[in-house]
Amino acid sequence: MIAAALILALFAAACIPAGSALAAARWPRRSPAAAIVLWQGLGLGWGLAAVGALAGFGAADERSGVAGGAFALASRVLGRHASAGTRRLLAGILGLRLLALAAGVMLLLVLCWILVAAFAAVVRARRRQRILLSLLAHGDPKVPGALVVDHPAAAAYCVPGLRSSSRIVISAGALDLLDQAELAAVIAHERAHLRERHDLVLLPFIALLRAFRWSAVAREAHAAVALLVEMQADDRALRHRPARELATALLRVGAAGGVHAPNGALAAADGQVAARVSRLLKPAPRLPVAAVVLIGALAVATVAIPAAFLTIPF
Amino acid sequence: MCHVLDKVPALLRAFADGYSYDVNRLGELERAIMDVLWESTDPLTVRQVSGNLTERDLAHTTVMTVLDRLAKKGFARRERDGRAWRYRAAATREAYVTELMLSALEQTGDRQAALARFARSVSDTEAAALRRALEALGQGTTDRVRGGGE
Repeated sequence: MIAAALILALFAAACIPAGSALAAARWPRRSPAAAIVLWQGLGLGWGLAAVGALAGFGAADERSGVAGGAFALASRVLGRHASAGTRRLLAGILGLRLLALAAGVMLLLVLCWILVAAFAAVVRARRRQRILLSLLAHGDPKVPGALVVDHPAAAAYCVPGLRSSSRIVISAGALDLLDQAELAAVIAHERAHLRERHDLVLLPFIALLRAFRWSAVAREAHAAVALLVEMQADDRALRHRPARELATALLRVGAAGGVHAPNGALAAADGQVAARVSRLLKPAPRLPVAAVVLIGALAVATVAIPAAFLTIPF
Repeated sequence: MCHVLDKVPALLRAFADGYSYDVNRLGELERAIMDVLWESTDPLTVRQVSGNLTERDLAHTTVMTVLDRLAKKGFARRERDGRAWRYRAAATREAYVTELMLSALEQTGDRQAALARFARSVSDTEAAALRRALEALGQGTTDRVRGGGE
């Protein structure tokens, strides 16, 4: 059992340089969807391994896997407590192992809690957006299916949600800035976000960033996945619109700027718009099918390996 | 028994349609009434709000209910004037538009999670590079570059 816990700890530790390497790699922009799946596998695998390693040290003498061991330990503690009193209990099991177990449970709870809190904040912000849009926005024949807000800054975004509650919003500034074909490209891009629920892909990485603001890898992972979902939506938009329209739309909206965000928020994303444009105008060949299959298998393995050490008894 | 079960999806759909119809109707009314409040410089009574609506045949109680909802949501403020309530908008239309756009343009993680932007605003150096690229594109031949395909 100690061996399983050690392997899980090593696995969790290895996920960190693996994340850095993936963030720095060039191939993801040739197949954003495959890279997104690998990021998801890596994130989930790390969570399982980190929680499992801590819990595994706590329940080290049990022979029934980490999950079974933790359960057996808990039931034994409760059983002895009821019958034989607290002295033997304290002498026998309390100590570092219980602390490790508690830390594992805490980490699991914190990760779950942060995800729930991030989701709740998102739902609140979107509800406010929808209410304000219902009071302020109007339709426009130039952008069928989208809502227009009368504001001079150039902005285009979507409010993800279930089918009937999702919205695509174009500002009056963007309506002036872009021609008909570019507007259609923008809307095709936003539709792809809504249809493939990219917001749900990004949410766990935003939650991770909230939990580990000090961590460079969490920042890199978030920036990488944010860029990859944009590239994926660009690829989907190319099914309906020529690349050049999307590229000039990006150039115009990006160059218009409009707001000056604090530098900290921008630093991670610097160059993302330029990267998307150059990818549209000078497309690199997509990854071969075999490579995509390999990446998929790797993603499955990053989840399956810690999951196996967690559940299979040794 | 089977006949009843067959009807369930249709009933559910009818219920959902009716519900969304009511919600849409309510949304339209809220919007029309907010427009009246934003137009006016003075606080208005329910009767004055009714009078300023383009849709004239609304029941007094309907207008009152919607104003009440708007007050509960924080979009309208009401104050006593003798025996009647007077309503005004809690903030100007421009203030709400600004709030809408700021929350869309804000780039911290939490906001980013709520909305997906087409292109995030860029640093000054990147903006300059983008402008140069745009000019170069305009001068170049206008061959349509196709994307990498699927």
